[in-house]
Amino acid sequence: MTELAYLAAGVLFIVGLKGLTSPRTARRGNRIAALGMLVAIVVVVVDLIGLDARLAWGIVIAGVIVGGGIGAFLAIRVQMTDMPQLVAAFNGFGGGASALVAAAAVVGSHAVMPTETAVTTSLSLVIGAITLTGSFIAFGKLQGIVPSRQVFPPGGQTTNAVIALGAVVAAGFGIFADSATAYWIATGLAAILGVTTVLPIGGADMPVVISLLNSFSGIAAAMAGFVIGNQALIVGGALVGAAGLILTIEMAVAMNRSIASILFSQFGGGATAEDIGTKPVNRANADDAAIALAYAERVMIVPGYGLAVAQAQHAVKDLANALEDRGIEVTYAIHPVAGRMPGHMNVLLAEADVSYDLLLDLDQANPKFSQTDVVLIVGANDVVNPSARTDEASPIYGMPILNVDDARTAIVVKRSLSPGFAGIDNPLFYEDTTLMFFADAKQALEDALAAIDAL
Amino acid sequence: MSAEFIAGIVVFVLAAFVGFEVIAKVPRTLHTPLMSGANAISGITIVGAVIAAATGTGVLAGILGFLAVTFAMINVIGGFLVTDRMLEMFKKIPGKR
Repeated sequence: MTELAYLAAGVLFIVGLKGLTSPRTARRGNRIAALGMLVAIVVVVVDLIGLDARLAWGIVIAGVIVGGGIGAFLAIRVQMTDMPQLVAAFNGFGGGASALVAAAAVVGSHAVMPTETAVTTSLSLVIGAITLTGSFIAFGKLQGIVPSRQVFPPGGQTTNAVIALGAVVAAGFGIFADSATAYWIATGLAAILGVTTVLPIGGADMPVVISLLNSFSGIAAAMAGFVIGNQALIVGGALVGAAGLILTIEMAVAMNRSIASILFSQFGGGATAEDIGTKPVNRANADDAAIALAYAERVMIVPGYGLAVAQAQHAVKDLANALEDRGIEVTYAIHPVAGRMPGHMNVLLAEADVSYDLLLDLDQANPKFSQTDVVLIVGANDVVNPSARTDEASPIYGMPILNVDDARTAIVVKRSLSPGFAGIDNPLFYEDTTLMFFADAKQALEDALAAIDAL
Repeated sequence: MSAEFIAGIVVFVLAAFVGFEVIAKVPRTLHTPLMSGANAISGITIVGAVIAAATGTGVLAGILGFLAVTFAMINVIGGFLVTDRMLEMFKKIPGKR
């Protein structure tokens, strides 16, 4: 009976995820998945009560109150611009919880574990620990507590390889010698590895890292399911592992880089400080931008991480409203890796009440640029860099980009000419058809709106 | 290998394939809610956490159980709530176009 109820929970998860395939049904889908979780929790409680043993319910209740309270507080208070940090933190808690479940199994086991249980226990401990600490470094980078540039541990990736090897050896010893101490050493090394692997990854690669850690949190849960022999954990964990993996692959494809190269290699451009800023650009102010926008027929807005940093999503929407009132068609082109997590820009624009059918994918947007009068690029850089198409020496060569240079005019709203995190110069900025509007994104959009109203 | 373990592997592989098929169809615009929603589902480890916390004996087991339940509950409650909050905002506004 219990097994069937867990199966029902697993089915509800799948039905819920299926709901997420359309924005219309997504909210209901999420609630169906939540119902599945409720079913699983009720089943485990009923099952435990049926054991008729003395149980430490106080600890369970305390954990539910503390954890539920923290989760609710974070979920209700978070700003949409801070969503990548929150998801990173939640990934970490998920991975940590699964490692703790496996750890409790080690502490509580009084007989020698069967080999397969020992293997899944060590996997749950190691993957869970990497997810926990790696996610918190990712959180720190996104929150600005940890430097978002690449920070290498002493010895670089060799150090990481040694730590990884140490964790594998310790886990192997734990499995074959049934040694709890060896498990703890493996867990500790994995926790260090999470830190030293994520520290060298730059801010712009965070979409890949968060997706991968998301996948890990699922795999850790599935492994914990094997440890305690529970199919609900195996199903739920496998689903999340698959979801995270799909997103990871999609992000890597959108950057035209392998997952390994994102995780383990140094990435940087050839542009030096002297290079940048010496070539002439067309500077524009709010009035120039307003004239270009107000007399266009079709405008496409390309948002990037700078939009999130400046909290400019509502300013974008206000500007778009003003243009639409003048009969101008306004759409949005979203690159898959714009921002700091998959879908980051879509959530921000949804918050500002932008209709989701106006948000165009890379494939939908690119054929339209040649019929677009003005492209307004707000805080995006590498995803509109034409050298990805033209310069074989560029580190981003081959990355699919938004071909904004096909449009009649491009207005780039940017704080300064400084290159993005990758340190790659952007030839778009020096094009005759490009106007550089140097300002904070939010301020720039508000000033442009005021100038349009004054026309 | 025990029959139970093999059954677990079967379930794992099938669930992963179903997951791939279903999730590959999620549009890019919903990728952030997908991730936070999936995150909440990985909180299914709450089941293991509750068992660990309730049946554990000794101080160490108690601490591990408490932390496991706490972490998993942050994931479950936080994940589903924040996903709901996000999805509420995704609207198709007619008449614009």
